[in-house]
Amino acid sequence: MSNITEKSHAELAAAFNKDEPRVDWHDETLWWVRAKRDIAAHKIPEWELLRETASQIKNNVLSNLSGYLEQFEANAIKNGITVHWAADAAEHNKIIHTLLNERGINRMVKSKSMLTEECHLNEYLKEHGVDVIDSDLGERIVQLAGEPPSHIVLPCIHKKKEEIGDIFHEHLGSAKGESDPKILTETARQHLREVFLTRRAALTGVNFAIAETGEIVICTNEGNADMGAHLAEIHIASMGIEKIIPERKHLGVFLRLLTRSATGQPITTYSSHFKKPQQGKEIHIVIVDNGRSIQLGREDFRNSLKCIRCGACMNTCPVYRKSGGHSYHTAIAGPIGSILAPNLDMKKYADLPFASTLCGSCSNVCPVKIDIHDQLYKWRQVIVKEGYSPTAKTIAMKAMAFTLSSPALYRSGGKVARLAFKYAPFAVNNQLNPWYKHREMPKAPEQSFGEWYSKRKEGQQ
Amino acid sequence: MKVALFVPCYVDQFYPKAAIATLELLEKLGVEVHYPKNQTCCGQPMANSGYEHLTTGCNNLFIDNFSGYDYIVCPSGSCTLHIKEHLHSPEKEDQAVSIRKKVYELTEFLIDILKVDHLQARFPYKVGLHQSCHGLRGLRISQMSELVAPAFSKPAQLLDMVQGLELVPLGRQDDCCGFGGTFCVAEEAVSSKMGKDRVDDHIEHGAQYITSADLSCLMHMEGILRRQNSNVKVIHVAEILNHHSHE
Repeated sequence: MSNITEKSHAELAAAFNKDEPRVDWHDETLWWVRAKRDIAAHKIPEWELLRETASQIKNNVLSNLSGYLEQFEANAIKNGITVHWAADAAEHNKIIHTLLNERGINRMVKSKSMLTEECHLNEYLKEHGVDVIDSDLGERIVQLAGEPPSHIVLPCIHKKKEEIGDIFHEHLGSAKGESDPKILTETARQHLREVFLTRRAALTGVNFAIAETGEIVICTNEGNADMGAHLAEIHIASMGIEKIIPERKHLGVFLRLLTRSATGQPITTYSSHFKKPQQGKEIHIVIVDNGRSIQLGREDFRNSLKCIRCGACMNTCPVYRKSGGHSYHTAIAGPIGSILAPNLDMKKYADLPFASTLCGSCSNVCPVKIDIHDQLYKWRQVIVKEGYSPTAKTIAMKAMAFTLSSPALYRSGGKVARLAFKYAPFAVNNQLNPWYKHREMPKAPEQSFGEWYSKRKEGQQ
Repeated sequence: MKVALFVPCYVDQFYPKAAIATLELLEKLGVEVHYPKNQTCCGQPMANSGYEHLTTGCNNLFIDNFSGYDYIVCPSGSCTLHIKEHLHSPEKEDQAVSIRKKVYELTEFLIDILKVDHLQARFPYKVGLHQSCHGLRGLRISQMSELVAPAFSKPAQLLDMVQGLELVPLGRQDDCCGFGGTFCVAEEAVSSKMGKDRVDDHIEHGAQYITSADLSCLMHMEGILRRQNSNVKVIHVAEILNHHSHE
């Protein structure tokens, strides 16, 4: 289900923009979510203090991560939970397959976990003969459509209800042409009920792992994590190493921020705590690194690990809203994905830090105050220095830097440019100039400000 | 008060009227303005493209041109922000630090330093104010809509002093116009769509002019307006604030 592609964000975004009414619909839908977030945030007078507090708690976690992880592990084991450590995606997938294999299980229900998307767990298990059904409604829709999620909180936000109706008609037997959300949801509910009742294994993500108590907290609106985990014999929870919070009391800060930032709700419908397995059942937690400790070692980028996956940066990002999640060709789209992905594969994701105007809205909606747009700028510098920038661009930039370092070259260059704009408009107004496709070039004035100023000075003397 | 006028390269070459208005406005307000004539560019086009390491020449030239003034004033939030955040020089770091503290975007200079509370300007039109991102979120010349904090806007405060001017409300008060430097060509499709949507918001709300403290955004929106053969025009905020009553 991975979106394997060699195309860049710009190319995929250009394809997305061929259908302008759809872009408008996508943009309006996400802007509406951003507006709901604003209303929710403005109802909390101490909102900015909450953000700062959350940021500082996460800074503390990142600075003492190994200690907190060991504390969490010790407490979880004390509670009767089995803890596994995975260095990378491959190890994570193998641990889960082994757990299932040992118990003779070949069907599993899964609630939302962006980490398993990052690790491409579904594809891996499918190859090994294990059938996985995503139980989050949005995730189930994209799974049936054979697509990856386009948003970390709203996985099928790119699909219209009519399209969902078609998918359900094809896979779940709903009536042809049915697009009433209530009826479609009921169809999914009936389908998933059977899944919940018959699956012996359930996999969930983790929103928060509390070091103090060894418990995990999972936030869902649909209760699907609970349905899966409570009915199955074995509950496997996958978490990145950065999901730790030190104490239970800190949850109060994060739970107030998480859904207000994500959807504008005061809190998720279900904030479920899992501390110890029920009698006769098992809980396994897989703690995954997969590049996170490398990111932790990058001074400029370490605080990207503060992310609590609310998606607010996506909803506010004008580029995300107008290019769609799939154009980011990575599990986590949008601004946060663009600062996380280059850590995993700098060459493959060299385009993502450039898929931004650096408008800075992302950093200011972020509930844990990640300096996302500053990190986008810094990744650009790293990517160029590591040699992942096109040669033509490097040559152009060198020429530009050379010209702009010399007042004489700048003045003559500026004059030539203005003359060209005036007398040879075909040199700039053509198909080779991407600006010109949808925009006119500026009109060249008779003289530059510098020339005007010199004449004015002469006049004054 | 010795003030240096920093005119960004594209303003110098393509929008001299905005720079002239800035100069005249400051002089009208009694400021002694100097224009260091060897200035070129702040280096932002290279830096934002990932080539900050190529800006040493630009940086040193900037330091040579702009050292020794009380203030440096620029009619562009974006270029001001670049200097504030990224002007460095291994050989002249002390001077770079000093410049970074003294550089001001025009509207923040007028409000915070000159404490302007009235203007002799008249501009009897409906105007939409585009909040340029770098001025807004970088320099904080206005309050961004994301934050739970009191609203303010230095450009709007100044525009309110202009006779006859009516500021039109917008559907989205501070969404980005999509210019983004080299983004406007590298991501042509998204960039022009963003610009188009921004322009539409102003037009739908009855703006006759779109103004901003940043010409790069205005240049972008002008390109779209002219392609649409629209009657709506862009104008830099300095040109409005300097607009003589007889015009």
